[in-house]
Amino acid sequence: MNTTAKPVCLHVDGVAVEAPVGASVAAAIAQVTLRFGRRPGGGARAPLCGMGVCFECRVRIDGIDHQRACMTIVREGMRVETAMEPAHG
Amino acid sequence: MAEHYDVLVVGAGPAGLAAADAAAGHGARVGLLDAQATLGGQVWRRDVRAEAPRMARHAFHAVERRTNIARFTQTQIVAATDKELLVEQAAQARTLRYDKLVLACGARELLLPFPGWTLPGVFGAGGAQALIKQGWPIAGKRVVIAGSGPLLLAVAATLRKHGASIAAICEQASAKQLAAFAGALWRWPQKAAQALVLRATLTGVPYHAAAFVRAAHGDARLRSVEVQIGENLVRIECDHLAVGYGLVPNVELAQLLGCALTRNGSHPHVEVDDDQRTSIANVYAAGEVCGIGGRDSARIEGAIAGHAAVGATQAAQALRSAQRHARRFSALLETRFTLDARIRELATDDTIVCRCEDVTWSALRDFGDARAAKLQTRCGMGACQGRICGTALAELGRFPRGGPRPPIFPARLATLAEADFASTPN
Ligand SMILES: Cc1cc2nc3c(=O)[nH]c(=O)nc-3n(C[C@H](O)[C@H](O)[C@H](O)COP(=O)(O)OP(=O)(O)OC[C@H]3O[C@@H](n4cnc5c(N)ncnc54)[C@H](O)[C@@H]3O)c2cc1C
Ligand code: FES
Repeated sequence: MNTTAKPVCLHVDGVAVEAPVGASVAAAIAQVTLRFGRRPGGGARAPLCGMGVCFECRVRIDGIDHQRACMTIVREGMRVETAMEPAHG
Repeated sequence: MAEHYDVLVVGAGPAGLAAADAAAGHGARVGLLDAQATLGGQVWRRDVRAEAPRMARHAFHAVERRTNIARFTQTQIVAATDKELLVEQAAQARTLRYDKLVLACGARELLLPFPGWTLPGVFGAGGAQALIKQGWPIAGKRVVIAGSGPLLLAVAATLRKHGASIAAICEQASAKQLAAFAGALWRWPQKAAQALVLRATLTGVPYHAAAFVRAAHGDARLRSVEVQIGENLVRIECDHLAVGYGLVPNVELAQLLGCALTRNGSHPHVEVDDDQRTSIANVYAAGEVCGIGGRDSARIEGAIAGHAAVGATQAAQALRSAQRHARRFSALLETRFTLDARIRELATDDTIVCRCEDVTWSALRDFGDARAAKLQTRCGMGACQGRICGTALAELGRFPRGGPRPPIFPARLATLAEADFASTPN
């Protein structure tokens, strides 16, 4: 249980957010936006499965594209960007 | 240099934890790996704002105290043969050799397309639970929970604990099916007790039987859902929808290894003998990969597989009758939560079916098999590699599920370039 531990500070699209120790990057992003990226057809893309299967939560983390936000744990000073281009088209 | 393990266990849910503990108890050198960041699998996923249940803490402790169990979290399997696994971790690729392999890969949710299901705010039911346990802000949000199976109640309880307001729980099974399910639960006292606790936690929450979500509405995000409740169509305002139609075994790795599968309805599970051994002599399987049965059958089967993998046949056999009893629950789940046929007909022409590639229902109309559809429309070619749409299309009776090709998850090129891993059986 980490409820008393100091929260982790990170940046989502340039906005500073705090998340509990052990939280997923997806949870941190949700404080800022529900749109994690764009679909090939231009619509918004957002998490679905919460467990690493659907890849709908992929974002850029510390400069690396296509990281699943639901499978990644927040780290102090992390930089997360949601404005990724669709994979193709 | 490749590392070598007597027993490698894939998946650190109840089944994998029990397998690792049992095998290590006989002195074997064990490797336990999972794609997630922490041990626990689905049911024992860590809640960042609450303590783990006692049974889970015991299972974690049992594994963590053993010095002959190496734990590899955030580890993704890229390729597999009957002697080794090529895995990818944050900074590196490595090869893990093994004598015996235990597949405890668990299950994922059955997610079916309906108009609006791509709107931000729509989650799987277990998906919502997973996200919220890992810190997703839910306090004060209105949530509709829908789909089928006992998981819906567990999800509702978790969400409520974290301050969500549950607008409705919509179970597609009829009141008659539910009564028959509840009436049979006494045979599993632990489950009956769990059900009672859940019901008590959920007093005041509207619960509808024979109810399912027809469509989700919103602009940039979900605003409301249209629910069929018996004969009536009702609109419910909400911030989130958590909808899942049950679970399907994660058989991809077993399939890649060439293990025989059995199909029960639309979805395959791994075939095992009395020792949890698959059709490949040194590969065992336990838990939800062998068919959806829940936590208790997973724990027992994991222990059987762990004992059997190191040749402790007696210890394995001693657990047989407990396993049979726990497994009877699978049959109950299957017969009492059969899907209303109308749920398979919710997608309309412009409903996206393949979410990775934005392929609509109408675009798939003219194709008779998944291969042709894939080549023409890219359906199933995206990042999830057909795990969502392929499973849904099999359930909808469109295309049967095909086998995976390596890599079973998108991998870094550097990992794939590992020279000694060029070929895999299939
Ligand atoms: C989203 C979800 C939520 C659930 N919530 C509950 C609940 O609240 N209560 C309940 O009683 N039951 C719940 N269940 C049912 C659950 O399946 C069982 O109760 C129990 O977790 C099954 O145990 P298991 O060990 O067989 O599999 P799991 O617990 O599913 O564990 C499998 C593990 O294997 C890992 N894995 C799979 N494939 C690979 C791979 N290729 N490489 C690396 N790792 C891999 C997964 O990351 C996972 O951690 C849930 C199921 C799902 C899918
Ligand atoms: S939400 Fe499905 S992979 Fe992250």
